[in-house]
Amino acid sequence: MAVKVNKDQCISCSACVSACPFGAIIMQDDKAEITDACTACGACVDTCPVGAIIREEETKQVAMDKNEYKNVWVYIETADGAPRNVGLELLGQGRKLADATGQKLAGILIGDGVEGLAKEAFAYGADMVYLVESPELKHYSTDGFTGVFTDLINTYKPSVILMGATNDGRDLGPRIACRVGTGLTADCTDLGIDEATGLIAWTRPAFGGNIMATILCPEHRPQMGTVRPSVFKKPQPDNSRSGEIIRVSSKVKPEDIRTKLIEVIKVCSASCNLEEAEVIVSGGRGMCKPENFTLIEDLANALGGAVGASRAAVDAGWKPALHQIGQTGKTVGPKIYFACGISGAIQHLAGMSSSDIIIAINKDADAPIFRMADFGIVGDVMEVLPILTEEFRKIKAG
Amino acid sequence: MNIVVCVKQVPDTTEVKIDPATNTLIRQGVPSIVNPFDKNAVEAALQLKEKHGGKITVISMGPGQAKDALKECLAMGADEAILITDRAFGGADTLATSYTLAAAIRKIGTVDMILCGKQAIDGDTAQVGPEIAEHLGIAQVTYAAKLEVNGDTARVEREHEDGYEVLEVKLPALVTTVKSINEPRYPTVKGTMKANRAQIAEWTKADLEVDEPRLGLKGSPTQVRKIFTPKARTQGILIQKETAREAVTELIGKLTEAKIV
Repeated sequence: MAVKVNKDQCISCSACVSACPFGAIIMQDDKAEITDACTACGACVDTCPVGAIIREEETKQVAMDKNEYKNVWVYIETADGAPRNVGLELLGQGRKLADATGQKLAGILIGDGVEGLAKEAFAYGADMVYLVESPELKHYSTDGFTGVFTDLINTYKPSVILMGATNDGRDLGPRIACRVGTGLTADCTDLGIDEATGLIAWTRPAFGGNIMATILCPEHRPQMGTVRPSVFKKPQPDNSRSGEIIRVSSKVKPEDIRTKLIEVIKVCSASCNLEEAEVIVSGGRGMCKPENFTLIEDLANALGGAVGASRAAVDAGWKPALHQIGQTGKTVGPKIYFACGISGAIQHLAGMSSSDIIIAINKDADAPIFRMADFGIVGDVMEVLPILTEEFRKIKAG
Repeated sequence: MNIVVCVKQVPDTTEVKIDPATNTLIRQGVPSIVNPFDKNAVEAALQLKEKHGGKITVISMGPGQAKDALKECLAMGADEAILITDRAFGGADTLATSYTLAAAIRKIGTVDMILCGKQAIDGDTAQVGPEIAEHLGIAQVTYAAKLEVNGDTARVEREHEDGYEVLEVKLPALVTTVKSINEPRYPTVKGTMKANRAQIAEWTKADLEVDEPRLGLKGSPTQVRKIFTPKARTQGILIQKETAREAVTELIGKLTEAKIV
């Protein structure tokens, strides 16, 4: 596709210039001109009051028989012998996509001694599981897992692959996509089917969450995407479901793996797994000193949530960098986000604005965080937090 | 050590605002900056050079104005900068971008390490680094929070959901950096003056060994179908009470009412 301006029709209003998210339109000799930065997204097409901008379909030559590619695959990432939640969430979503397009849903399990997890994959919706086990695959490695995964793709030719946008998923996804020469959409927050083409419509935030983009992969297979954890709900498992296990042997040799794992340093357990948390309790500058973070931790514990921190709190050394939420930290989207003593700088908002419910506690009634919070308490976090924790404990106990 | 750092010039997304009338991005007046994570990559390269000697080449793919980003990296202390620029590169997705950058790195010659920021703040994909490594057929370690080199081996602390993994990898390798790896230095006055005088080479598609159909929009498997602004969040319920307990009671009541708890 390419976007073109019909210069004769252009009335020099420059509406398209401000509509372009990529800054790819300039006014030259009083006419709109599309520059190199154009990604053919078409955002300008609808804004032109006189219809002078058109998007042309451009045929690409791709030596790929798309009809050969069938079925929806979900990569089930494991950690300490258990599937990460995002894999199960995606089985639910993959099931919907498979049903809507009349395809089968397969789970991909790679590891050592992970066969037992296939049952779970079936319960969460998979029709079959491709299982690759080998001692070299006990721990994630880019080379080992890319080798195994691309072998599976080349042999069984899936149409769609969903992966969790975890650190390993975002390490593995691009490596595979590049090796098989296909497109990958990162960090999706919504999945659907494009009505006009039947393709997977991958929707993701860009520009720090300021805009959303829907991406298609029309001519290449498989269509791949990584999806943010906890965007979708885990489906209700049905333990009566069963399926077929297709065991595939690994061709990966120890010398193929160029990175050597020396050790795993566990800094924290559930409390810093922000990506998968359903509830996050975050503290900022308003916590005043590191000791006060115990109030944050108490509330997180009571709710079974994770602990986040603003950049200010991390820079002050109150919390390690792994907890940082925001533009230069992690991007999260829990069901409930508590912002405690966080004023709501735009850099912080970029990391948490896709949370379902935002609850803010701040003593400054004019703090920007209140402008986007669903619920806000104007008050001293040091006083509010203990009472809140106590109340939630009561609710849980009762 | 020969080090290549890949940088991207990005709009400062924290300065981007949405025009409430048209629901579109306001780009006017938004400054262009060096992607923050890429500055961490430049700093990591400078620290390696200080220890082991060598040369740092900074490359960027983009329009002519991306030279400003490269100049900033030169001012920080990088030795050489190359702008990869051509109309044919326009509209590239991550696969086409990484293909082009990999071709440029091949032309640079023997490289021990390639450093990239973990992701760019405009696209946020974190894909170009790993895809460059794949095009070049070298090892990668992403999300590096600590990086040391001993002889021909790099030791990296890789950030993970649950903590860190310590990995060793033989060079050449590509490493992507997170913010906590270092504090990027400010350019010195001398550095800035030198950078302003520096000649920045420009490489076009004619300078690279590339297949035309794999470049730019044509070489991009993914296509943007549409762009829209997310539903803006609006202010919800603000609770202001005499005591903290009253406020909490009110909040719990509202949360129960809305079936959130």
